[in-house]
Amino acid sequence: MAQKQIYLDHAATTPVAPAVFRKMQPYFNQKYGNPSSIHGLGQTAAQAIEKARQQIAVFLNCLSEEIHFTAGATESDNWIIWGLVEKLRFQESINPHIITSAIEHKAILEPCQVLLKKGLIRLTILPVNSNGLVSLEDLKKAIKKDTRLVSIMYANSEIGTIQPISQIGQLIKKLNPKRKHPIIFHSDAVQAANYLDCSVDKLGLDSLSLSGHKVYGPKGVGLLYVKKGVKLSPLIRGGGQEKGVRSGTENVPGIIGLAEAVSRINQNNKELKKLRDKLITGVLRDINQVELNGSFKDRLPNNANFSFKGAEGESIVLSLSAKGVFTSTGSACASHSLSPSHVMLALGLSHEQAHASVRFTLGQQTTSQDIDYLLKILPGIIARLRKISGR
Amino acid sequence: MYNKKVLDHFQKPKNMGKLKNPDVVAEVGNMQCGDIMRLYIKVKDDKIKDISFETMGCVAAISTSSMITELAKGKTLAQASKITFQDVVGELGELPPVKMHCADLAVKALRKAIKKYQGNKD
Repeated sequence: MAQKQIYLDHAATTPVAPAVFRKMQPYFNQKYGNPSSIHGLGQTAAQAIEKARQQIAVFLNCLSEEIHFTAGATESDNWIIWGLVEKLRFQESINPHIITSAIEHKAILEPCQVLLKKGLIRLTILPVNSNGLVSLEDLKKAIKKDTRLVSIMYANSEIGTIQPISQIGQLIKKLNPKRKHPIIFHSDAVQAANYLDCSVDKLGLDSLSLSGHKVYGPKGVGLLYVKKGVKLSPLIRGGGQEKGVRSGTENVPGIIGLAEAVSRINQNNKELKKLRDKLITGVLRDINQVELNGSFKDRLPNNANFSFKGAEGESIVLSLSAKGVFTSTGSACASHSLSPSHVMLALGLSHEQAHASVRFTLGQQTTSQDIDYLLKILPGIIARLRKISGR
Repeated sequence: MYNKKVLDHFQKPKNMGKLKNPDVVAEVGNMQCGDIMRLYIKVKDDKIKDISFETMGCVAAISTSSMITELAKGKTLAQASKITFQDVVGELGELPPVKMHCADLAVKALRKAIKKYQGNKD
């Protein structure tokens, strides 16, 4: 019998849902026209894209023209930052102040750091408390006269903590009428979209990033919602697609898949939460010297992240993998570097604790039996690694 | 990411655990990646008679620890001091570039243990 495979890495990526895959298929080789072509085949594709935009507008509760398709949320995050900074430099010749948090995805932090190094922005990086949450008070204090962008992720990819986005949105909405220049409020909602209300109006967002492959859609496609009236310079220039703001022939099958995936999001989190709580309770009960990283309360229903004293993350992940259970240390991207996760360090964890962290992210197919199997094998794996480490 | 030999040494490490009555215990660590490697050795007639390790670290750290104990066992102290990280990597087949420092850490641990033993003896 083939070894069973239990996928507990849904924050890294999700499988494309069969219904999504079916919707995408015709756009590869039947309705393959270029949406910019004026002939029938091209217009079929163009109409499909506009329909996709409308589907997503329902989910975000926004206008369809406020949605711009990209090659993924990394592009979307880069675009809001570079695009806004460039626009402001061009229109007002200023170097704006930007506020973000210490646990943002690198797609936010890296562009900010580069702009800071170039002297094109001033930057405040808000700390998080030991639960992984940004404080509204800290944000209030950080806002300056020339603050033009606040970027706070909706939910964290590593520890699943949910930031008080609607409270931040309210605060900014209240401040903006009194300001000479409004603050743009952006949120990377990649991890949140499956589980939390993404109605941009309710949240008070001016901008939001989404990714296809985290919501049972395809990889290589995402979107940036930008509220009407907010002007961004293009990040990618060329043929003037997406009304001139994002060039490049549209990824038609990807966009169709993204829209289908988004419209199928079912935020019934109860069952998932039950499984996650079973996992958390079981691990804390069966293994000693283990800590849950990040808030238990303000947390995505599918995320559990632990540090196991005396056992290193990669060793745990590969031991689990050998037994058919797929998990991750911090974020999958972090495996390109040796340094411990910036998210773990921001929580105040020591290097040793940060290196000992493992993330379990559940998904649609996760069953109670999967959790039973994990709870059966994990104590032995940790015990073996602790024996090797002598700790 | 890792080849079969590296994974084999990770799954079934050789010479793992504490050694009873060792002549020397040496510990080295890498602050950045968080690995800590501890070697225990017993010396007889200028030869490494017995050796074992305890390592808190990634797969590569555990595999290279296991490999260095295999390479060092039975060698004279002079021979063992000449083991390089290339020898360790070569025996394992290959390591991902970001993990090369693990082999280096294993070599440092062995050399530290030998130096410590020679220092104790004098």
